[in-house]
Amino acid sequence: MALSGALRNAVGRTCGVTGLFVDRSSERLIIVNAVTAVLWLATGGVMALLIALTRWPAVHLISSPEWFYRLVSAHGAAMLVFWILFFEVAGLIFGGTILLNQPMVAPKVGWLAYGMMLFGSVAAAVVVLSGHATVMFTAYPPLEASHWFYLFILVFAVGALIAVIHFLVQITRARITGRIRTLPLFTFGLVVAAILALFTLASGTAALIPAWLARLGVIETADPGVYRLLFWGFGHGAQQVNLAAMVAIWYGLASLMVGARPINEGLSRLAFLLYVLFIQMGSMHHILVDPGLSHWARGINTSYFLYAAVMGSMIHAFTIPASVEVAQREKGHTGSLFAWLRNAPWGSPGFSAFALSFAMFGILGGISGVIMGGIQLNLIAHNTLIVPAHFHMTVVAGTTLAFMGISYYLVPLITRRDLFLPGWAKVQPYIFTTGMLIFGIAMGLAGHWGVPRRHWDISLSAYPFAAGTFDGPRIQMALAITALGATIAIIGGTMYVIIAAGTVFLGKRNDVPNIGHVDAGAFAPPAPAAPHVGRGFEAPGTMTLAMTWLALFVVLYAVSWYEFSSIQWGIR
Amino acid sequence: MIERSSTLVAPGARWWSPLGRDERLWFMVVLVWALAMFLMIFVIWPAIGDQQLTFSSYRTDTATFKAAVDASIAAHQVGELEGRPVVAPPPGDVYLLGERFQFTPALRLKKGETYRLLLSSSDVQHGLSIQPDNINFQVLPGYVSAITLTPKQDGEYTIVCNEYCGIGHHLMVGQIAVVP
Repeated sequence: MALSGALRNAVGRTCGVTGLFVDRSSERLIIVNAVTAVLWLATGGVMALLIALTRWPAVHLISSPEWFYRLVSAHGAAMLVFWILFFEVAGLIFGGTILLNQPMVAPKVGWLAYGMMLFGSVAAAVVVLSGHATVMFTAYPPLEASHWFYLFILVFAVGALIAVIHFLVQITRARITGRIRTLPLFTFGLVVAAILALFTLASGTAALIPAWLARLGVIETADPGVYRLLFWGFGHGAQQVNLAAMVAIWYGLASLMVGARPINEGLSRLAFLLYVLFIQMGSMHHILVDPGLSHWARGINTSYFLYAAVMGSMIHAFTIPASVEVAQREKGHTGSLFAWLRNAPWGSPGFSAFALSFAMFGILGGISGVIMGGIQLNLIAHNTLIVPAHFHMTVVAGTTLAFMGISYYLVPLITRRDLFLPGWAKVQPYIFTTGMLIFGIAMGLAGHWGVPRRHWDISLSAYPFAAGTFDGPRIQMALAITALGATIAIIGGTMYVIIAAGTVFLGKRNDVPNIGHVDAGAFAPPAPAAPHVGRGFEAPGTMTLAMTWLALFVVLYAVSWYEFSSIQWGIR
Repeated sequence: MIERSSTLVAPGARWWSPLGRDERLWFMVVLVWALAMFLMIFVIWPAIGDQQLTFSSYRTDTATFKAAVDASIAAHQVGELEGRPVVAPPPGDVYLLGERFQFTPALRLKKGETYRLLLSSSDVQHGLSIQPDNINFQVLPGYVSAITLTPKQDGEYTIVCNEYCGIGHHLMVGQIAVVP
């Protein structure tokens, strides 16, 4: 049922840039969710700096272990949960209403979800920072966290669940009313993210409720093994949500920046479907060295069903750059194997953020994750710094950078203000990525050499027999470089916060906001593919890059097995 | 005629088309690599590797486990290391307890002998991290991990706790000395 012109004008407006219908409730909810997300990012970023400078042994900034562990707990919650989920809710509202040219089903439900998430997140952070839940964001029982901590996290999670269900209702309504037949691929990816989020939030709720009741004394104990299984259905499941949302944004930015049209719509959707079917099973890689489940349960979930999902990612790894390459070749950039890439709009933050996020996620985050997620190799990775190195490459260098990239367009269009400091936006993705690259490699090496995560003082100086375990120059050097990389990345992050917040509060009002370069084909209707000439590949540059990437993957996989095999212990 | 669509607009009615030459090749390569990794984990390494993650585990209660640890210390203690007992057990069952903020006892094992390490916690979760070899296991209260270990190189190995276990987490260490 289409809205009549007058009614549409009463509840919204037509975007001067994209021609899309922007419902006023959606607009407001996107702004509050996005601004809250950015505030959490800024808060988590301050903590990140303090943590990185403490883990640099020569500096060891925070002299109180109590405060260090508080900050690590709060940093994890602020970044991995609050920043990401508030931004994702903003993205879901955009994908479910504006991109489908429809108003919001129930704005009050949107506000209810936002209110619960805001209250839950702020209250939980207060509990942590006041020292009542110094338990890391994982809060493994039987560690003693205040029961309020579990309650506030549950309020947040239920709020997020309501936002996700609201989005799915939006999509279902558009489908039932015949407003849409097939979803745009971008929104399809968001639906996949939302389906994964349903499972994820349900699993987290199932983990936290017994832990909460145990703290209240209603039940005797929460089983620590069962908690870990269910918690990681949430903790890693949330990262699978990020993955699907990030891939959707990669597709979206590729279309926005160069007019990319996926070379095979069906294959791209099949790859997303592999996520829905299989990726949550991979979360079991968190308990590979735990007691509890059998070798077969752990192995099959992580090495077989996870690889079905890895195949999904590897398909995206090809189809996304291939669609960019084909679009660029159709524009005439055919001079050499990589002319399409050289002539891409590297000066537009949307493109550079997309391309750098894609490369960092694929090369560092993806490969490291698949390697350490196998049942044997996990033995030399579990709980060392290589674990946070891996997920900073996926969630920060990958997801966060992709979110930054799309917000350079989304925030001006939704707020109808010009982008604040557009010159900064051009260089911000490069600075951020440089920092994250240095950070990720150095931290990964420190972890590879055994340095534990979540640890205030690796000098181990309290006991002479243990002191010096991590004193070698290569470890000291790696941790210093980690802190350096973190500092550069935090400078890049600060620039983003200034640009985003500046746009919302200080940007020049403009009904047709200046968002820089956008491809003319981004919102064009589907069209026949250009006939493919010759018998060669349609995207030879992408094929070359993809094969090179796979060769690196194979080499790193082999090196990891070699390292593993040189352990001087027989283990069974 | 194949139709292609921007990812920001709805595709036309016929959006499914057969895979092109590029996609077919890449899909096959990806399938082969996924199968290769699966075979490495479930067929190749179990056949050739010295390090397997096939350890078993069972439930316990913390009092029972602690009593077994104490009995083992009483039977096989050979000395003391900075406040913790040093135990030199014969090949067979070896007990190791994680409790805030110490791994008890310190172990003295013989190179080339095979031991069954029985590992648990009496309070919260801990992480057993044997350095510098970088062998890592999660330690849960209420569960015993039964890990068969054969040290092949003599020397002193430091155990570091690598699961956050409270404010003294960074103080929590232990030792395994492997003697020739």
